[in-house]
Amino acid sequence: MVPASYYLILSAILFTLGVVGVLIRRNALVIFMSVEMMLNAVNLTLITYSRFLGNIDGQIFVLLVMAVAAAEVAVGLAITVAFVRHKDTTDVDEMNSLKW
Amino acid sequence: MLNYVWLIPLFPLVGVLISAILGRWLNRRIIAVIASLAVAASFVTAVLVLFEMLGLPAETATGENGRQRIVPIFTWIVSGDFVVEVNILLDQLSILMTLIVTGVSALIHIYSAGYMHRDEYHNRYFTWLNLFVFMMLVLVLADGFVTMYIGWEGVGLCSYLLIGYWFEKKAAADAGKKAFIVNRVGDFGFALGILLIFATLGSVAYEDVFPAAGTILPGTATAIALLLFLGATGKSAQIPLYVWLPDAMEGPTPVSALIHAATMVTAGVYMVVRCHSIFEASGTALSWVAWIGAITAFFAASMALVQKDFKRILAYSTISQLGYMFAAVGVGAYAAGMFHLTTHAFYKSLLFLCAGNVMHALGGELDIFKMGGLRKKLPWTFATFLVGVLALSGVPPFAGFFSKDSVLYSDFEYGSPLLWLLGVVTAGLTAFYAFRLLFLAFYGKPRMDKKTEKQIHESPPVMVVPLVVLAVLATFGGFIGLPDVLGLGSAIVEFLQPVTADVHLVEPATGGAAQELGLMLVATLAAGIGILIAYWIYIRRWGLANRMTKSAQWLYDIVYNKYYVDEAYTEIVVKPLRMLGGILDETVERRGIDAAVDGLGWLVGQAGEGLRRLQTGLVRNYALALLVGVVAVVAYFVLRSVLGF
Repeated sequence: MVPASYYLILSAILFTLGVVGVLIRRNALVIFMSVEMMLNAVNLTLITYSRFLGNIDGQIFVLLVMAVAAAEVAVGLAITVAFVRHKDTTDVDEMNSLKW
Repeated sequence: MLNYVWLIPLFPLVGVLISAILGRWLNRRIIAVIASLAVAASFVTAVLVLFEMLGLPAETATGENGRQRIVPIFTWIVSGDFVVEVNILLDQLSILMTLIVTGVSALIHIYSAGYMHRDEYHNRYFTWLNLFVFMMLVLVLADGFVTMYIGWEGVGLCSYLLIGYWFEKKAAADAGKKAFIVNRVGDFGFALGILLIFATLGSVAYEDVFPAAGTILPGTATAIALLLFLGATGKSAQIPLYVWLPDAMEGPTPVSALIHAATMVTAGVYMVVRCHSIFEASGTALSWVAWIGAITAFFAASMALVQKDFKRILAYSTISQLGYMFAAVGVGAYAAGMFHLTTHAFYKSLLFLCAGNVMHALGGELDIFKMGGLRKKLPWTFATFLVGVLALSGVPPFAGFFSKDSVLYSDFEYGSPLLWLLGVVTAGLTAFYAFRLLFLAFYGKPRMDKKTEKQIHESPPVMVVPLVVLAVLATFGGFIGLPDVLGLGSAIVEFLQPVTADVHLVEPATGGAAQELGLMLVATLAAGIGILIAYWIYIRRWGLANRMTKSAQWLYDIVYNKYYVDEAYTEIVVKPLRMLGGILDETVERRGIDAAVDGLGWLVGQAGEGLRRLQTGLVRNYALALLVGVVAVVAYFVLRSVLGF
């Protein structure tokens, strides 16, 4: 079978890509997509351990994570819509009024 | 009645509260009456206490003072070893002082009702006058140093308040400050003395300290005694702290009569008598007291010779007579000193109140060269004033003669002939300036302007009756202290004897009757010569004084300007202190402390300025910060498990 490390390395790479995306990209929607990618990377890790340790807890946890991710997207998109209506752009660098 | 002795200070205290709190709504007359009644009630109580005391034997079976009582009031401080109980020490000395204070005060309160009746803020005046009486009573009735110190400071405070009563007048406000500050220097010495007593003996109550005074090392005892005496020089206006008293004449005249003639200034004398055990435990302190007293007496009398201000002459006279009192107690003749204190209270307050009458008649004039001829216009004032100067000059049979004689005799017998000589010469000077004042103010042709002259009128009865009472006392008051030659015994000496019986340096007189009579004669002669010279210069040969002045103008200038002592003090003490204050203000306060505090604030502000730049408002910066934080925490835990710490 495929060694566990393959899954874990893939998960790490996905997570890193997600982080980089959050930090680099300026489009709000793309940032959300990166966040989703991070969450899914974590899910993959959990499933991996669940399979290789024979414990179903990991999969249950994944279900919870997915629920939370969905809720988070809903709220986040609502904020983004409000923001776009206000500034007419999705560039997060425009979101800078809360500063000195 | 003895156990109700606490009523004596209570009455004036109640008077203070009534005047202070209700004074605004009470009519002036009522305030004056209440204040006077309060003090009169104290006096009556004191008399009753005296009678009861006299009913007790002077000496108990164990040879102690049978007329002494300690009446507890309350315990004030209990702090480790330091205990201060507030009790009343009732003995011959304190009852004598109480009678003088309350008696003369009562008369002066009555007089004030008339003198101050046109003044705006009656309740302020009487509040402070009653407060003064209360504080003075605390001082004389105290049974310990701390309680006495409260009274000591309290009378100084009231003196300041009353001298500066007309505070809108700059001279008065300055005089009040001067009095208080100079007094404070003395009080500082007094406080150090008290601290030293506590450090040496572990207690500040008289009943603990005085019996143990013999155990104090002479050096320490001298230090304590001199420190206490420094306080006395401040309060009783001796060298070097007498300079406030002449300026204190800015206050209302009844205040001068009460505080600066009869009561507050005598607190120093009382203190020395009360603490005689300590003074005698030291080898040299008493001679300091005697010499400073005698020299001050002479010095002040010399300044009184040329003053032009009615009240200032009396002020210097007070300083001089206080010197006599110290000259007496300084040779161990405590009863003689207290005797002189008593008679002086009578005739000096009398003289001051007469001054008040003269000012009242002349619309506030004080320059004696602008007076004259008042004898006919102010008959009562003149008559009582004459009694006063006769008493002051020591003319028999007036009171001053007996007391001054007893002081001089003690100085000769127990001190040194030089001390006595100083006293005799001063007596001559005293007679001279006293009669100079009398002749210039009351005799001769009127020298005031016509308008003033027309409205001269004798004072109303409320301002004359107290004078008559004091005049009677000044005439007959001497008979409580008859000299030994007459063989009749001295009532006051016998009365006070148990108070100072414990330690007494004075051996019985060795001179004999002839010597005593001789000394009396010399003193009286000196007074007589003084009077004659004054008569010659100011009645018979009118221009003589001016010619004498011109021929020795330099001497006159020095004496008239009070030997420039005030100016010296200003240069030596006041200016350096002001400079020090300026330095402390500028360098230490502003540049040092303020800079430090402000600097701290500035620092915090700068830190804030720096830190606020973190808040860029950019979401991605915040996300990066989040990431950095998470990595740090995870790294910590990983490293911890890997490296095992």
